[in-house]
Amino acid sequence: MAEKVRAAVLGTGQTHHKAKRQDVSIAGLLREAIDRAMADAQVGWDDIDAVVLGKAPDFFEGVMMPDLFLADAVGAVGKPLLRVHTAGSVGGSTGVVAASLVQAGVHERVLAVAWEKQSESNAMWALSIPIPFNMPVNAGAGGYFAPHVRSYIRRSGAPNHVGAIVAAKDRRNGAKNPYAHLQQADITVESVQASQMLWDPIRYDETCPSSDGACAVVIGSERAAAAVDRPAWIHATAMRSEPTTYAGRDQVNQQAGRDAAAALWKQAGITNPLEEIDAAEIYVPFSWFEPMWLETLGFTPEGDGWKLTEAGETAIGGKLPINASGGVLSSNPIGASGMLRFAEAAMQVMGRAGEHQVDGARKALGHAYGGGSQFFAMWVVGADKP
Amino acid sequence: MRDVAVVGFAQSPQVRRSDGTTNGVEMLVPIFAEVLSGLGLTKRDIGFWCSGSSDYLAGRAFSFISAIDAIGPVPPINESHVEADAAWALYEAWIKLQTGEVDTALVYGFGKSSAGDLRRTLALQLDPYVLAPLYPDSIAVAGLQARLGIDAGKWSEQEMAEVAVRSRRDAETNPYAQLAGSKDADALLAEPYLAAPLRRHDCAPITDGAAVIVLAAEDRARELTERPAWITGIAHAIDSAHLGARDLTTSPSTAVAAQRAGGLGGVEVAELYTPFTHQELILRRELGLDDQVRVTPSGGALAGNPMCAGGLVRIGEAAAQIRTGAAGRTLAHATGGPALQQNLVCVMEGRD
Repeated sequence: MAEKVRAAVLGTGQTHHKAKRQDVSIAGLLREAIDRAMADAQVGWDDIDAVVLGKAPDFFEGVMMPDLFLADAVGAVGKPLLRVHTAGSVGGSTGVVAASLVQAGVHERVLAVAWEKQSESNAMWALSIPIPFNMPVNAGAGGYFAPHVRSYIRRSGAPNHVGAIVAAKDRRNGAKNPYAHLQQADITVESVQASQMLWDPIRYDETCPSSDGACAVVIGSERAAAAVDRPAWIHATAMRSEPTTYAGRDQVNQQAGRDAAAALWKQAGITNPLEEIDAAEIYVPFSWFEPMWLETLGFTPEGDGWKLTEAGETAIGGKLPINASGGVLSSNPIGASGMLRFAEAAMQVMGRAGEHQVDGARKALGHAYGGGSQFFAMWVVGADKP
Repeated sequence: MRDVAVVGFAQSPQVRRSDGTTNGVEMLVPIFAEVLSGLGLTKRDIGFWCSGSSDYLAGRAFSFISAIDAIGPVPPINESHVEADAAWALYEAWIKLQTGEVDTALVYGFGKSSAGDLRRTLALQLDPYVLAPLYPDSIAVAGLQARLGIDAGKWSEQEMAEVAVRSRRDAETNPYAQLAGSKDADALLAEPYLAAPLRRHDCAPITDGAAVIVLAAEDRARELTERPAWITGIAHAIDSAHLGARDLTTSPSTAVAAQRAGGLGGVEVAELYTPFTHQELILRRELGLDDQVRVTPSGGALAGNPMCAGGLVRIGEAAAQIRTGAAGRTLAHATGGPALQQNLVCVMEGRD
């Protein structure tokens, strides 16, 4: 049996996320994140052994396998460049694959970058292409997920304002993050509840924006991490997939999500996630997914996730601050959104989260999901060596 | 490094046009059954799954989402996907095995090129700002590469035709090949150009197809098969995207990958992924293959070119040479991108 090499995040970087980054090309967008990550990790191009690139569907920008044309811009010429695509979870999967390149003992330092330049097209309709033998999505992700949210509310008995609590919290957190797309420091639960209903029960202010953006991380071996002040040690990674539909599938609390979480906690040696995790960055594109994921991830028993949210325990200063960065509700460059969760979790345990730092965060969760809530990628990072 | 081997391989027939959907399910279900039953495994015995496919070939976002229906992943599986040839999915799976987290992995790739206009689709791999708007298609780009080599005196149309003849005649013994048999080189050279200096025989056909490989580590591999094809080295690298900034008559990333794969000493058979005849001549040079090395006995991409599976087929064919005892040490090569931009080299051996 091989001994897994310990790996750590050495540095992170991200772009200023906006609806339209017309000031940069695709390559320029990526370099903004990469240059910041490499400066944060204090590494140069010669230190990077391999590059892993992730993004969601190629149709979003109209380039087939854009990693190929980006080879020069991401510094990969003469090196291995691997392109990962696992739907919305891809930013997380890209981090997991990059970590495994180090954990396998193959590379010392790997650059991972994930991105989306959604202004090049219309993501909602790119996701709505009719597919033979599949139920049409028709109205993008919001239309697809709204019935799952309604089902959650019915099953859990959650009061209607819980979604608005999440949205107001995440947007206010986003106002503390200079990179966040939406800066809404004055948003309130009431103003969220007064916003336009889009897909009942999801209102406009409970919906993620469509963003251009990129995120990068440099992951290194234990030896490489020795040169870095407070790296984020990777304690565990997990990925799980299941079909979009099958008879008896629970689409609210999916088995793939529960299995991934169970594998993750086991690998990280965590028996009580709510007590042991200090900060979590979870993929919440529509407000109600916060209480839903709290249950799937095992932070609360099934049916109780909303109680943690309603009690204010998921705000900064609460028992389990969730999405201190503002999360997907504040910035959503789809392919990058998962890596932003992973990177923000790392920033918390590295003490580099600035205004949205959670005091004393030692262990953090990064989480991403994709497809019809069927692809999951997660990691646990810590200030201490695993 | 852990010892990891190819223990199983299956492929669909390579055909000009299949009746199935673009998500590959109809091509994948039979070959999953074939490879798993051949090893006495069920889907629950597989520790990690990884696939390679392209949304642009399928004409839809997330084509791999429906492809996992071919597995029927209930209960859920540990799974990943690359938007590339499945040879790169095999690399990701090999890495996963190296972490020690799993002992078995199943890798698959599929492509239904007949669903669209492949030449034009592949033009969208080029730089979207300065090159793709001009729509140089895949054959035009390969033609520029072939012309540069001819003008530099590195190869000739005659040598290119000889590659085609050998490939398509070798394919006569490959039951999966789309094209098999060939006129002699002089007759081929009498044919008109398709895109000068390329003639029809210089270009891979357009193919629908899929392939699957099972990897296993150490004792698990020995349990599963009598003669595993042990991977002694696997590496990949990429060259510049700017066609004008590359010497297209060379393939530095192939040489780098071969060197990182630990060298090619003692290789008896090389399965090279060459969608165009002149690309075999480039690769032979970069890999330093002499006449003692048997090149692409399956017939290769010139006899059938399932996109996103073609590279994986090369690995499967090179492994089969070992697993049947026909060779002791073999090499497989995979490529992606315009004009051999990205290349992977995998060296395997049998052990007694």
